[in-house]
Amino acid sequence: MEVLLGITGKDFTIICASKAAMRGATILKASDDKTRNLNKHNLMAYSGEAGDTTQFAEYVQANVQLYSMRSGTHLGPDAVANFVRGEVAKALRSRRPYNVNLLLGGVDPTTGKPSLYWCDYLAALAKLPYAAHGYAQYYCLSILDKHHHPDIELDQGLKILRMCTDELKRRLPIDFKGVLVKIITKDGIREHDYVDDKQILPA
Amino acid sequence: MDALVSQLETPRSQQELYNSEEEQEQLALSLSPSLKFALPPIAQSQAWLRAMTDDYSNPNCPIKIAHGTTTLAFRFQGGIIVCTDSRATAGNWIASQTVKKVIEINSSLLGTMAGGAADCQYWLAYLGMQCRLHELRSKRRITVAAASKILANLVYSYKGMGLSMGTMCAGVTPQEGPALYYIDSDGTRLAGNLFCVGSGQTFAYGVLDAEYRYDLTDEEALELGRRSILAAMHRDAYSGGFINLYHVKESGWVKHGFNDMNPIFWKTKLGKGEFSNVTADLN
Repeated sequence: MEVLLGITGKDFTIICASKAAMRGATILKASDDKTRNLNKHNLMAYSGEAGDTTQFAEYVQANVQLYSMRSGTHLGPDAVANFVRGEVAKALRSRRPYNVNLLLGGVDPTTGKPSLYWCDYLAALAKLPYAAHGYAQYYCLSILDKHHHPDIELDQGLKILRMCTDELKRRLPIDFKGVLVKIITKDGIREHDYVDDKQILPA
Repeated sequence: MDALVSQLETPRSQQELYNSEEEQEQLALSLSPSLKFALPPIAQSQAWLRAMTDDYSNPNCPIKIAHGTTTLAFRFQGGIIVCTDSRATAGNWIASQTVKKVIEINSSLLGTMAGGAADCQYWLAYLGMQCRLHELRSKRRITVAAASKILANLVYSYKGMGLSMGTMCAGVTPQEGPALYYIDSDGTRLAGNLFCVGSGQTFAYGVLDAEYRYDLTDEEALELGRRSILAAMHRDAYSGGFINLYHVKESGWVKHGFNDMNPIFWKTKLGKGEFSNVTADLN
């Protein structure tokens, strides 16, 4: 019941993750941040097995930064995505694989092009204009199929995101405690103040 | 059949049969397609049925039930929109692409089928028959509430025996106005404004919820129904084929075609620029 959503537009990528940290039938925290900044222009959102998620995210984060220190260059979104996929794939055939699902949002600082990669725990990687993980796929992809266009502006992207989160609030049986929204542009990663206090009920 | 017709043709007052409730019940039983089913001689019929039919856990299961659907119906200012896909699947096999999942119970009542194809077909046909009998007996169209309750009580009497169906009854009657009910094989019966049923329900809900309003115009409502089913047919592997669209009005239902999804999909993609994750050029 964890929600991960990603939407790209003309010059931005939005990454959205639910704020509830759940263990069994309990919500342990209602302001969880399921994202990590890999570098200035790359953000990774994760869901999956407790423990694996943060361990993997921090491991990848450290290695992306180590690469930059050694080489004196920054990894672009495509390089980051393929590196991360490689790490999931390597672990997949080991004694203890990482059970994590990922969204990698980024903007290439040289070209200004946004990018979004979807990666699951089997290390399948896909570059997509919009993506989701978990139950959000079932409710949001049809909305995005209809309303998304590749060259949308940020405010239009946020409008579509609102349609998605409203639908999740309306139909998901478990409260995911709202979402954390982060926006990646050529200027870097910023958290968006996403007001989400309205109650939404099915028609 | 002739005996039956003559029985029902005689005016009520001249018919002694109707005085006895017991005999009336007997009549209902003799009229039904057959409510006496041979049941397997075991204690747990649902578990047995699962063992015989669960394609997912046992791909070699001896019986493959036709499943998988998207159906939707919603109430709005101008009546009720009912829309379905037309695919029947048995496991991974597409058994048919031309299933009629809307059954026309009478000129103002519609039923939709989702779940086991045989269960739905049989029991909705049975419901149609009971509705006709109600009409003949009371000289009045059955209400949607009553029709849906016949079905709900029927499936509830078979609860735990493995029936699998999710249906909606939609109709406009003088007593109720436009009415919409959801009935499933658990015995749930709900009145509501908007329902999507089947394996593709979530995809249809996604599109429908986002733009649903009660004051939709007829054209907007028809287009929204069609587009919601298209969304599900595109994303759900067990839905596809043709879009079957109905509009139920005060004057009865109107059919708005049984149309192949493919030209509609490509028109939507190329004309409106939707489905931007699907590539149109093959290089």
